[in-house]
Amino acid sequence: MISIKGLKKSFGDNNVLRGIDQEIKKGEKVVIIGASGSGKSTFLRCLNLLEQPTDGHIYFEGVDITDPKNNINVLRQRMGMVFQQFNLFPHKTVKENIMLAPVKLGLMTKEEASKKADALLARVGLSDKADAYPGQLSGGQKQRIAIVRSLAMNPSVMLFDEPTSALDPEMVGEVLELMKELADEGMTMVVVTHEMGFAREVGTRILFMDEGLVMEEGTPQEFFGAPKNPRLKDFLAKVL
Amino acid sequence: MNFITFAKWLETAPTWIATLPKWLSKFVYQLYQTFVIEDRWKLFLSGLEMTFIVTIGALIIGVVIGMLVAVIRSSHDLSRGKPNFLLRILNAICKAYITVLRGTPLMVQLLIMGFVVMVPKTNFDTVLCGIITLGINSGAYVAEIARSGIMSIPAGQMEAGRSLGLNYVQTMSSIILPQAFKNILPALGNELIALLKETSLVTTIALTDVTKAAQVVTSRTYDAFVPYISLAVIYLVLVMALTKLLAVLERRLRAGDQH
Repeated sequence: MISIKGLKKSFGDNNVLRGIDQEIKKGEKVVIIGASGSGKSTFLRCLNLLEQPTDGHIYFEGVDITDPKNNINVLRQRMGMVFQQFNLFPHKTVKENIMLAPVKLGLMTKEEASKKADALLARVGLSDKADAYPGQLSGGQKQRIAIVRSLAMNPSVMLFDEPTSALDPEMVGEVLELMKELADEGMTMVVVTHEMGFAREVGTRILFMDEGLVMEEGTPQEFFGAPKNPRLKDFLAKVL
Repeated sequence: MNFITFAKWLETAPTWIATLPKWLSKFVYQLYQTFVIEDRWKLFLSGLEMTFIVTIGALIIGVVIGMLVAVIRSSHDLSRGKPNFLLRILNAICKAYITVLRGTPLMVQLLIMGFVVMVPKTNFDTVLCGIITLGINSGAYVAEIARSGIMSIPAGQMEAGRSLGLNYVQTMSSIILPQAFKNILPALGNELIALLKETSLVTTIALTDVTKAAQVVTSRTYDAFVPYISLAVIYLVLVMALTKLLAVLERRLRAGDQH
């Protein structure tokens, strides 16, 4: 589904990504872990071109998204993204947040989008917040709304950039729960996170990034059971 | 008859006026000759109309130019890495525009537009000249105000919009600008008030706004006190009304959101 070839990204003299080759298949749940500054967020943001790669190619469903000839706006419609800071639109109600993109892009009529939004809100148990503004929600509620806002576009892959890092501890669970549900339904997911429990339980493949490279990858069993790379051992010793 | 002396007027005035203290009856006489004789209030009224026309026209031009320049400037400043060539050219033009327009007095700009660039012949052209000059001038200030508003919106808002598949213009117009507008409303109100008062300078290119009306009356009656004090009161009332209006608008926009 997503194939990454020789991906490099530098900010000035700072080489954040130093050549990444990866193949993400349909239905996979790829979890990326690593210390801050390892390039994991930058890698994720390259996947939908929020960061423009310096070198290399990214193919999404066979289309090279790094080729300027291909319309990135159309490709992004099928790649949902969830941010650490939620990034809900504060001047719109919850329901308007969900309906905005599908209606604006002409993918749904207002009525269809409204129905879809109602169904999504019911699904996450936030129907009573439809007319509330984001400022009136808790962090966990905001992030769940941000997730269903992406889902309203019917994406074929979801990218999560540290979705629980800005949450109070007691709200982490409700967001992870929703992500687990998504995973169980077969959604292809790429998740940057510090939640090792989630990585172990939900991930089908885990990547450890350090200094702009994927240092080690494997199934949760191999990864947590028998880490080989000394940097990974060191990292796991600190976070577990 | 344009001018009658106080003594002569008193003879023909209603008798109760003569019973007033001298300073008060004189004041009534000044009011009378400022507003009543030759229907001079009509001069003020048509002047006021002109002031409104110029203010509203300049406001529209100023906001359109200002927003455009602000979007270009902030797109340039917020773009990561080196912005593309076209954007750099546009940004340079916008910067030059702001520098020149903010760096020279409005009065001088009016003189140049009125007597060098446009040189209007008809009354309509003169009005147009005034509106355009003030609009272009105001645009430079609006641009910097609007730019601060756009830059105040967290980058995540643009990223969220783009990641949903909206293009740059769609994200700007439906996500960034509405939020920016709310943030800059007080500063924009300030600019509007300044603009309203600065329209008084269009007398320079012989536009008959309300300031010109007061000048004309003064030249007829040889009395400056009542016309100019009245003029000040007129502007003050206008600005107070405008302030009230802006406060209402601001409250409306703030309703609902609490972040």
